[in-house]
Amino acid sequence: MTLTRETAINAVLFVGLLIAALIAYLLDEPFIITMATKVAIFSIAGIGLNLALGYGGLVSFGHAAFFGFGGYVAGILANHALNNTLVFSWPIEMAGTNSMLMIWPVAIFLSALVALLIGVLSLRTSGVYFIMITLAFAQMIYYFAISWPAYGGEDGLPTYIRNSFPGLNTLNPIEFFLICFVWLGVSLMLCSAIVHSRFGLALQGTRQNEQRVTSVGIDPFRVKLVAFVISGGITGLAGTLYTDLNRFVSPSVFSWQTSGEIMVFVILGGVARLFGPLAGAALFITMEFTLGGMTEHWQLWLGLLLLFVVLYTPGGLIGVLTSGRGKDV
Amino acid sequence: MTFTLLIEQILNGLQFGVMLFLMASGLTLVFGVMGLINLAHGSLYMVGAFACAAVATATGSYWLGLAASLVFAALAGVLVELAIIRKLYTRGHLDQVLATFALILVFSEGTRWLFGSFPLYLNVPEILSGAVVLPGGIQYSLFRLLIIAVGFAIAGGLLALIHKTRIGIQIRAGESDREMISALGVDINKLYTIVFALGAALAGFAGALVGSIQSVQVGMGEPVLILAFVVIVIGGIGSIKGALVGSILVGVVDTLGRFLLPILFGAFMDPSSATAVGSALASMLIYMVMAGVLFFRPTGLFGLNA
Repeated sequence: MTLTRETAINAVLFVGLLIAALIAYLLDEPFIITMATKVAIFSIAGIGLNLALGYGGLVSFGHAAFFGFGGYVAGILANHALNNTLVFSWPIEMAGTNSMLMIWPVAIFLSALVALLIGVLSLRTSGVYFIMITLAFAQMIYYFAISWPAYGGEDGLPTYIRNSFPGLNTLNPIEFFLICFVWLGVSLMLCSAIVHSRFGLALQGTRQNEQRVTSVGIDPFRVKLVAFVISGGITGLAGTLYTDLNRFVSPSVFSWQTSGEIMVFVILGGVARLFGPLAGAALFITMEFTLGGMTEHWQLWLGLLLLFVVLYTPGGLIGVLTSGRGKDV
Repeated sequence: MTFTLLIEQILNGLQFGVMLFLMASGLTLVFGVMGLINLAHGSLYMVGAFACAAVATATGSYWLGLAASLVFAALAGVLVELAIIRKLYTRGHLDQVLATFALILVFSEGTRWLFGSFPLYLNVPEILSGAVVLPGGIQYSLFRLLIIAVGFAIAGGLLALIHKTRIGIQIRAGESDREMISALGVDINKLYTIVFALGAALAGFAGALVGSIQSVQVGMGEPVLILAFVVIVIGGIGSIKGALVGSILVGVVDTLGRFLLPILFGAFMDPSSATAVGSALASMLIYMVMAGVLFFRPTGLFGLNA
């Protein structure tokens, strides 16, 4: 990889997040560390979405489904571990757990499975209809989570403590941040590897011209489906981390606002740019915090700022910083 | 379950359906003619409700409030179209989603700034309240019955407007080929503004009517917006007829599902879990209908190609 301006900005963003958290740790500002953790988690969710939305051109308005699913897997397993009950007893007995090493693979697998089911049905449509059908599936799960009383229903499900990781005290903000930060690094590397692989090229080819891809013998449906499944798995992982951050999970993780927010992070940072979600999440969460400190009506100013970004800065934040060479989707 | 109760629920479903139609018709026109995904349509619904509440309280006249809902929502629509939406027609769906998402934040927070976070309540005038007795001895709220009538009247008017008048022809032409109709000398920008204002006025009117039954509060538009999207996707984007059929379908299926499913499950389950399973399933029902429709007809019931 040559050292372009974008690579330099990416490095600054990534290292900057780590340094911000470390400085906050030295100054004993746990709130700032929590904010940095939130940035890392939403970046991971955004990286997942970016794979489908940015590189694959699959504008999913339903990624809250995967984010929430991951979140609920962590919540449900931890809750059963806490109450010492079985998650299910048939066909095998499955007990709850509060080990992150156990929760992560289960959450990633199940979120990816949900993405497979939703993908098989949704990918038959395209364009606006795809946006809406993914939204519909997320809404279905949202209402199900609200009205299903077994795991808290509308009130949500508290986990009281964070799940554990061997050798670390996850309740210590900086240690939990480091876990999320490492995952952020892994997700970025994974995404980069996928984008530059043969599969990634096929995916981007499918976005640009489905017919051409078909004519060289690649099945576009399968390419899109695999991308959607990986995308769902990554976003699901972010969901489990988010449950651990809050020590609580509620149906609002499934709401369309969550899908919207993850989408905003991606677009704000720059669609189909590897570090776009990180830039977007960092900017959004910082703005939320600074504006929130200045005025009660910060959402108004945030809205106006977003409008300005969309209307006058194509290519998102990274697009602006790299002199506006916007990538088209 | 009595027959009377069932009729009452069907009427409730119809009333819900026609309100959805007022939202969905504007959304589907804007979608079909300008190719714009407008998430802020729910904000115009809210603007209409607040305009109605504010004017009705200030003047003491509910009728002036209703008129104000139309006027203010249309005005807000024109303003937003000229200032922002106009720049989005040539952009991709992503930019439109982000920009109109931002507009929701601006509208909601602006309204909260002006009116506060507490819900407002509208008093329907005496002459419209109370119940009427329908044939068969069914008692039903007069106001809701009027909403159904007004909704169908508007639907009829809108269908006539789209299919019979000159502006309707232009709108339909704009849907199929926007370059051609501007080449034929139609002021396409003006047409877009009119369509947007029309959609906004209908949404605002729906907001005022629903606000009179429930309450007027910040954020009231978003749940309805999502349902309106479901409606237009079921009906087929750009089709007014599709929006009408979709609205009634969604309204009736949702209302009846909430009423019948718990009873249905009660036939072979204990009451408390029947209620739980029934209502969980009922709240997912319309999304299942939508997924089913899209599975068999990927462009909706009355849709052309996406």
